[in-house]
Amino acid sequence: MADINVDVTMDLKGLKCPLPVVKVSQQVKKMQVGQVLVAETTDPGAHADFPAWAKTSGNEIINTVKEGDVSKFFIKKLK
Amino acid sequence: MDVEKTLDELKSQMGEMRDSSKNKLSMVVFSGDLDKLLAAFIIATGAVAMGLEVVMFFTFWATPALRDRKKKGKGKDLFGKMFGFMLPKGAGKVKLSKMHMAGMGTGMMKHLMKKKNVSSLEEMIALAAELEVKIYICEMSMDLMGFKPEEMIDYPGKEFVGVAKFLEEAGNSRIQLFI
Repeated sequence: MADINVDVTMDLKGLKCPLPVVKVSQQVKKMQVGQVLVAETTDPGAHADFPAWAKTSGNEIINTVKEGDVSKFFIKKLK
Repeated sequence: MDVEKTLDELKSQMGEMRDSSKNKLSMVVFSGDLDKLLAAFIIATGAVAMGLEVVMFFTFWATPALRDRKKKGKGKDLFGKMFGFMLPKGAGKVKLSKMHMAGMGTGMMKHLMKKKNVSSLEEMIALAAELEVKIYICEMSMDLMGFKPEEMIDYPGKEFVGVAKFLEEAGNSRIQLFI
């Protein structure tokens, strides 16, 4: 994990559908290709939603870490 | 090997087709129920996140959900006044489709939504505006129910249109929904 360079961290804990995906998509728009965003969420739907969003928007989830109720999605902007 | 080549060609053609078809979602919002309106706005805002352009066409019972509770329509006839009085005045007044129970059920649901940090309908409308979701309002519903343009919410770029406008948008859309 230590070798992943994180550019932006978003605290989305407590937010419910559709906000985690909406906020991440807005943030990714502002980033450069190749940059990595970490989205921290407690939304149980995120495990299905972030991969679906990444696939559709053409970005990549390079890692997922679960720490208790909080899940961290490492998202790399590909385009 | 020929099969592989053909497959590659097909794949690239598919990709081109996908790019050329418009990336749009068109939605008819017909219901004036709180639950269905929430679903409509969750799908609309989620679709923007998925890279779609979104168009919502408000008609019939969904129309009063876009009234501004602080505004008044001028020069209404008797029926217009009656409809204005009987139909909900804005997103804060719409009811659940089930378990409304004279307001108790809807109140309880709103309380729960707040407690569980689920966005209210008013917040979802504001988010949709921020995400540039397009809202069309059915001109005929406005006329039929006696609503005046000046009593509707200030939503950026809202337009009063007819069915042809919706069908034009729907024809250019990948997804069409009726809620």
